[in-house]
Amino acid sequence: MTQLPPPSAKKLGLVIDLDTCVGCHACVISCKGWNTENYGAPLSDQQAYGANPSGTFLNRVHSYEVQPDQGAAQLIHFPKSCLHCEDAPCVTVCPTGASHKRAEDGIVLVNESDCIGCGLCAWACPYGARELDAKEGVMKKCTLCVDRIYNENLPEEDRQPACVRTCPAGARHFGDLGDENSDVSKLVAERGGFDLMPEQGTKPVNKYLPPRPKDEMPEFDVLAPYLEPIASDGKGFVGWLDKALSALPGGAK
Amino acid sequence: MSLDQPQLDTSPTVSDEVRKTTCYMCACRCGINVHMKDGKVAYIEGNRDHPVNQGVLCAKGSAGIMQHNAPSRLRAPLKRTGPRGSGEFEEISWEEALTMATDWLKPIRENNPEKLAFFTGRDQSQSFTGFWAQGFGTPNFAAHGGFCSVNMAAAGIYTMGGAFWEFGQPDWDHTKLFMLFGVAEDHDSNPIKMGIGKLKKRGARMIGVNPIRTGYNAVADDWVGITPGTDGLFILAMVHCLMKAGKVDLDYLARFTNASVLINEDPKSEQFGLFLRGKDGQPQVIDRNTGQLAAWNGKGVDPDLAGTYRAKGVTHRPVFHQMADRYLSDEYAPEAVADRCGIPAERIRTLAADLARVAFDEAIELDRPWTDFRGKKHDKMIGRPVSFHAMRGISAHSNGFQTCRALHVLQIILGSVEVPGGMRFKPPYPKPATAHPKPHGKVTPGAALDGPHLGYTHGPEDLLLHDDGSPKRIDKAYTWENPMSAHGLMHMVISNAHAGDPYKIDTLFMYMANMSWNSSMNTGGVTKMLTDKDENGDYVIPHIIYSDAYSSEMVAYADLIFPDTTYLERHDCISLLDRPICEADGVADAIRWPVVEPDRDVRGFQSVLCDLGARLGMPGFVNDDGSQKYRDYADYITNHIRRPGVGPLAGFRNTDGSGKGRGDVNPDQIQNYIDNGGFWLEHVPENAAYYKPFNAEYQDWAVKMGFYDAVQPYIFQLYVEPLRKFQAAAEGIGERQPPEHLRERLKVTMDPLPIWYGALEDDQVDLDTYPVHALTQRPMAMYHSWGTQNAWLRQIHGHNPLYVPTKIWEANGFAEGDWAKVSSAHGAIVVPVAHQASLNANTVWTWNAIGKRKGAWALDKGATEATKGFLLNHLIHELLPPKGDGLRWANSDPVTGQAAWFDLRVKIEKSAVPNEAQPAMPAIKSPVGKGPSDLEWKVGK
Repeated sequence: MTQLPPPSAKKLGLVIDLDTCVGCHACVISCKGWNTENYGAPLSDQQAYGANPSGTFLNRVHSYEVQPDQGAAQLIHFPKSCLHCEDAPCVTVCPTGASHKRAEDGIVLVNESDCIGCGLCAWACPYGARELDAKEGVMKKCTLCVDRIYNENLPEEDRQPACVRTCPAGARHFGDLGDENSDVSKLVAERGGFDLMPEQGTKPVNKYLPPRPKDEMPEFDVLAPYLEPIASDGKGFVGWLDKALSALPGGAK
Repeated sequence: MSLDQPQLDTSPTVSDEVRKTTCYMCACRCGINVHMKDGKVAYIEGNRDHPVNQGVLCAKGSAGIMQHNAPSRLRAPLKRTGPRGSGEFEEISWEEALTMATDWLKPIRENNPEKLAFFTGRDQSQSFTGFWAQGFGTPNFAAHGGFCSVNMAAAGIYTMGGAFWEFGQPDWDHTKLFMLFGVAEDHDSNPIKMGIGKLKKRGARMIGVNPIRTGYNAVADDWVGITPGTDGLFILAMVHCLMKAGKVDLDYLARFTNASVLINEDPKSEQFGLFLRGKDGQPQVIDRNTGQLAAWNGKGVDPDLAGTYRAKGVTHRPVFHQMADRYLSDEYAPEAVADRCGIPAERIRTLAADLARVAFDEAIELDRPWTDFRGKKHDKMIGRPVSFHAMRGISAHSNGFQTCRALHVLQIILGSVEVPGGMRFKPPYPKPATAHPKPHGKVTPGAALDGPHLGYTHGPEDLLLHDDGSPKRIDKAYTWENPMSAHGLMHMVISNAHAGDPYKIDTLFMYMANMSWNSSMNTGGVTKMLTDKDENGDYVIPHIIYSDAYSSEMVAYADLIFPDTTYLERHDCISLLDRPICEADGVADAIRWPVVEPDRDVRGFQSVLCDLGARLGMPGFVNDDGSQKYRDYADYITNHIRRPGVGPLAGFRNTDGSGKGRGDVNPDQIQNYIDNGGFWLEHVPENAAYYKPFNAEYQDWAVKMGFYDAVQPYIFQLYVEPLRKFQAAAEGIGERQPPEHLRERLKVTMDPLPIWYGALEDDQVDLDTYPVHALTQRPMAMYHSWGTQNAWLRQIHGHNPLYVPTKIWEANGFAEGDWAKVSSAHGAIVVPVAHQASLNANTVWTWNAIGKRKGAWALDKGATEATKGFLLNHLIHELLPPKGDGLRWANSDPVTGQAAWFDLRVKIEKSAVPNEAQPAMPAIKSPVGKGPSDLEWKVGK
């Protein structure tokens, strides 16, 4: 069993806007690219060109259909990766100490050299956010791009997770959720950000912003004055036109 | 720190070097940073400085490393050894390949240049490939626009001098209400996502009009699940509501559109329906200052929307009066269209009212003075903050041209084009139809064609017809069948060449066009045409040359293959002469350059054309002494001069790199681009940023930049006079007359004001038997057989179910895992189904071009793309069902020839679960073998 450190003041994480995510998978592949080349073992692919391709991904986008009682069905795109929980069951379950939560910023990482690939952590994670790499036999998970966010070899503006940097719609935000004055904390407060499956008691650091209500155009009555008829046919329209033109600035000529 | 927490290097070296070039994973053309380690590509991310993507990058772009290293890459020139379609080839040298091509092409050029059909698919170098074809002398050149979105482009150019995507974009920073009509999610890719992100951040609203609620439509605030093919009717109903309520921008319409231009209304006149013109040929308006006739563009003229003019017994009324007559008719009332559109009448009214509210009650003003082309000074820029975007969803129908026109008319009556908060053009657009070339098709053996192939017709005299009325082009572009076919009809080339209608050809030469698979209607039929032999046992299409970087389905059907490079191994220019990548606030172009050298015996296709052009002695490709003029494509990009001072790249001209837009050749130009991050960008002056067609400062700047050589202000063409000229011919006016069987259709479809008519296929198909609409969409994370089947992306889109709405799902008693037989008047497929509730109740759909043929793309034969994936193309024919008149009627828009992919009607029945999706075409032999089983990709140590 591995111990969690005392809760850190700094809680780095992601805020994902479900109102804006168009489900394009840019974050999924950018993550795959960066983390194949960087931290730890590459994210391998089995049967890459075969009948049943399956590879390791640290971030995936799922789409769910929602059918409200009233109105049209909706489709919600839901990106999911490690939520860097404060009470991370994937850490406490680890028999070797490989799975750990960093004391200074709360990032949950796997130290691959100590990982025996037993899979207990993936089993303990209620979010299904960990994947055992079939080639290396080690557990892979979101590192919050720990090798980017402090990386002095990157320009300052690029010191953010690959998924955030690449997101075309700007639906992903990175920051310190332990600081109530940070941009991400303010966004969560403004938009009613929520925890995923809070009943699990894991206290996830990552937050989701809910989709705004949809299909709520006003009743026609409210807008009816905008369509008050001025004519019923072409002839009437021309009559109105004469009057309307003379009412324009500098119109009466 | 916990005892278990290891030390970690949080500042590892990222890469040895970053090389900046242009993405080619779709048509969007974003800037990319290619991180290199040990001379190899290690990681690809978006370029923050680039005008298109500003740092972001989509899934396709980030997966470029898998494309670049794909096992399906061709390795050397190939010569067919087995029968066509078998995939049996031998690798040959470039010298042998080029000699073979020269031996085929030289006699054609000397005797019958039209016997070469050169079509270049999803080419991004059309200004070069077109130049090559022009030098060869064949009239038979086009790229893929005819089967893609020519309706959108042509309707936009004829109506307002530009359309969407490469032509224009919503004013993302100011718009308050954005209405999106069906788009392929790559048209364009990142800018739309970035724009939607901006709207969401500002709390601006978005309405999605699409039978399918996925992707962009899934995040829209409101969804209008319209019935396919009825967008034009819905739009004209909103036009009806707005005009009836007087919610139109009268000042804008009078000054900046031809609403005020006078039309001859005497049905007995040869001029009936044409503009009243002055002695100088200019269309006439009534000047409100004088009450007299004046040219539309006269200095100080104040055009009147109301004034009529009567002379010699003929009444002339302004266009706007005709619009009122037409659109106030009850025919366009919401109640009259609601059932056909599948949208309740009150919803249509609400949407129209909302457009009016935002356009007029929430108008915005920018404090920027400007002067219009009549010399009138304006203190401010007034904006109507409603904006629109549309692409293939509305254009890939046989009524698509008129529907796209209708959308532009809606934008224009709201005063929302080229104004703050509305839609903005991207330089070098706007550019009216009259500023584009006309089509050319005059063949002279051994010499160049008489001008550029593609352009805009302005009346029957511009059609490419022989004196006997037969078509000059193999695809019958610019004939009475589709008089305004501005992008050609690539989807008809193989069918027409096989039928010898209008004539037989000798060599079919194609680039990046998967015509034996997803890029053709009637896939099975086309493969038969490609392999069909005549009575002598010779192939009906004698020679086929094809260039591709990958082992696509089309490779198997060619006799000779030129293997292209990957996009990271080549030179390219993203040119203003071609399909530009500008932004509304800036003119931009870009390059690709070999960030790595090929490790195979492959060559960039454009460089091969430089060589082949020289071997054929073509003008433009040889020096005076007959030697090769351009060593390769990079040499052409640097040294080619299209007009004085204007070349393929507009930036860093002159030997010191100081020239912007115009200037002399700069031998270091490509290096200057590389040093600048792969692109060049010049901002539009602030007071020229809106009202571009009418704005004197913009016009001057456009000339300075070399977009055109003299200022050419114009007004938007609500009424398109060239359409009327074709229509008038159909009514019997004029010398050049259409064939009898097309007269009635031309009278209806060539209407100079937007109309709506039902899909042409609906007249030929029993809609009781085939009641369901069937569509495709392109996923955001996969492109259609442009490159290989990408190892990472195929894990997201490895097969494609047919998505079925609740009503049809329940009626058939479908359950998860079921399959269905889907039939059209033309064919049948058996495919897996999945339920989707957020879907028009009478529409099914699937992802485009996920299905692959066994043996292609270096995939395993059991790949899900080949066993469960499928193409809807088998259900769509390039011809309409026979009418019994013996004629071949194209399944295309009768105005432009755009392939009517989305007119398809089907029926659906539950099927037993087959072994694999049907029809299962036999496997082709892979010329590159099969990809590796496992990947563990890491190039750094």
